[in-house]
Amino acid sequence: MAQSGNNGTPLLDELEKGPWPSFVTQIKEQAAKNAMCKDLLALLERSYREKVGHWKHGGIVGVLGYGGGVIGRYNDLPEEYPHIAHFHTMRVNMPSGWFYTSASLRTICDIWERHGSGLTNMHGSTGDIILLGTTTDQLEPAFRELTEAGFDLGGSGSAVRTPSCCVGPARCEWACYDTLHLTNDLTHTFQDELHRPAFPYKFKFKCSGCPNDCVAAIARADMSIIGTWRDDIKIDQAEVRAAAQAGLDIHRDVCARCPTQCMEWDGNTLAIDDANCVKCMHCINAMPKALAPGDDRGATILLGSKAPIVQGAQLSAVLVPFVKLEPPYRELKDLVQRIWDFWCENGKNRERVGELVQRVGLGNFLEAIGVEPLPEMLAYPRDNPYVFYEEYLEAEGDEGAAEPAAQ
Amino acid sequence: MTTAAQRKTDIGPPSYEQFLPPVIKQNYGRWKYHEILRPGVMVHVARSGDKLYTVRAASSRLMGIERIRRFADLADKYCGGYLRFTSRHNVEFLLTDQSKIEPLIADLARLGHPVGGMGNAISAIVHTQGWVHCHSAATDASGVVKAVMDDLHEYFVERKLPAKLRVALACCLNMCGAVHCSDIAILGVHRRPPRVQGGLKRICEIPNVIASCPTAAIRPATVNGEPTVEIDEANCMFCANCFSVCPALPLADPLNDGISIWVGGKVSNARSEPTFSKLAIPFIPNNPPRWPEVVTSIRRIVEVWAKGARPFERMGEFIERIGWPRFFQEAGIEFRKEHIDDYRYAGLSYKRSAQLRH
Repeated sequence: MAQSGNNGTPLLDELEKGPWPSFVTQIKEQAAKNAMCKDLLALLERSYREKVGHWKHGGIVGVLGYGGGVIGRYNDLPEEYPHIAHFHTMRVNMPSGWFYTSASLRTICDIWERHGSGLTNMHGSTGDIILLGTTTDQLEPAFRELTEAGFDLGGSGSAVRTPSCCVGPARCEWACYDTLHLTNDLTHTFQDELHRPAFPYKFKFKCSGCPNDCVAAIARADMSIIGTWRDDIKIDQAEVRAAAQAGLDIHRDVCARCPTQCMEWDGNTLAIDDANCVKCMHCINAMPKALAPGDDRGATILLGSKAPIVQGAQLSAVLVPFVKLEPPYRELKDLVQRIWDFWCENGKNRERVGELVQRVGLGNFLEAIGVEPLPEMLAYPRDNPYVFYEEYLEAEGDEGAAEPAAQ
Repeated sequence: MTTAAQRKTDIGPPSYEQFLPPVIKQNYGRWKYHEILRPGVMVHVARSGDKLYTVRAASSRLMGIERIRRFADLADKYCGGYLRFTSRHNVEFLLTDQSKIEPLIADLARLGHPVGGMGNAISAIVHTQGWVHCHSAATDASGVVKAVMDDLHEYFVERKLPAKLRVALACCLNMCGAVHCSDIAILGVHRRPPRVQGGLKRICEIPNVIASCPTAAIRPATVNGEPTVEIDEANCMFCANCFSVCPALPLADPLNDGISIWVGGKVSNARSEPTFSKLAIPFIPNNPPRWPEVVTSIRRIVEVWAKGARPFERMGEFIERIGWPRFFQEAGIEFRKEHIDDYRYAGLSYKRSAQLRH
């Protein structure tokens, strides 16, 4: 039996039972050799007993020259749990696609053994390696060792947050652009914006290689970059027949599920009306050996998704229907800069870019960032007649006509 | 000066390229297709004919360095030291030798890590910190997830669901876990308005606090000659945004904190467009250590879907087809006033047709 907390942990012990890996076992394993984890276990048991958390708001702690990357954390019972009176989190920027070697993971473990609790999250919600729990005096030494090993901190606060991406072309035949390269490139390009919060609020990038959107870019990123293609779906008719013979009901489960009904199956040949295909991925998901995205690949750029705080949750909305994404990504970065300029100038405190677009209107926002309005940006055109017409004509010599109203 | 010159900053993350196994480097961007060979195991076949086997195992997300070192040992033993993590906290071992799959799975089982979460299965639950490390949590995260996944384990290690099932948990409305587009979202909620603490003005900026409220339920006030704020409790919807900007407005309350359950969201574009999850169960009190009411409710929702859905139908697509009234009925969920939206754009969710099932 692993070491228990100060007063035993009967409630948490219940969470060591069952087939799913237990976080309690993980804390106990570290508690056997780290006083912070022992206190953490005891405090968590108390939270389970009292049904309330015991952590206070973060304070301002960090490493020299950065405004983020460390989340200050203090408990509200420091006399009783002194080893976790300070229990700060370090966010470490993961490599694109969460690829590691055993050696790199051991390096991080060794650093965290010397300078922290030994507890981690692999990974946090935004994608960083989360090093969970250390004291203020250990931040700078840990940071120094991390950078010596080639790692840097991730983002926090009103800054660019650590960009993340799907596995992309490293292991997926559906990747329509190089998600790993772009994510790594954006992260390095925007190091200053990531480490030194200067925005109205947070700004997240997420890069998914295809419309399956494995990193939930459309729900979780201010800028969602989702791979897609413009030409025809590639078909291997022999493999389509093989899928049918293997038991897939192609008419019912593929054609009838197509959102635009652009496919037909006559029992021998699959026909696709590609002009009406909306690149949803269903047929390709259903028959990975038979179908594949076309060759003219790129991405759709969408803007503005966020969780509820402050004004309500949003999904990202189409900003650029299709763009080729090749290094050095000049067009994309120019667009980002124009968005940030307008947001920094006009955004209210803690207003995400999606909320700003809602407040000023997409039409005005597009004008401000110099992007032409397109029907692809809408699910449907407006259905209310309260139109802000911005111009009207005057007859010649129309004395006393008012100046055109400001918008 | 010397130390300052040696100090590195702004170096960014290490390049992913140094962590890619040779088979990936050689076939980068040239994969042809993939197949799931058995639960939690898939093969990617490159145009060159090379094969890459992936074994996906569950993790507890909150892990000690000893466990990460064990993963590193397994990567050395079976796959040349190469491994990765997924966006849902799973660990993936990347192999080129098919004969090593079985021994790796056996080693993972000995270490307590089930292999699965691929294809028509539930993958690991994306979640937040909860009482382990968060100041605004309305429930624990890891504990609820552990209890739910213990119960749904069979759906992780087998592929017997109609489609994929994505479950996420956030311990408050800040939603670090951005759960709002999940097949099933488990969301910690407060139900008691913030209690204004004495001395508020010494730690918070009052105009900032007032501006933080989306429903304008916070007003300036004077108590004992000192400027502070008062809460219009009838207009509080417990978002805790005020607490985010002002620690003197706590909402956490053992009697009133708990969990709400949301269903039918998705992020994938496959078939239907991405959509938010919708409210299924407005409130279940916190009942640690194993939240049995949450576990039972989620199993029932999963089973209603698993039994009634057609192949490829995600939770939300299934509910759209059968209609929400029947979903509530089959899942045994009482319909309440809380299910009716009353925030902005609420009217968009009203049924404005006579197309009803009777």
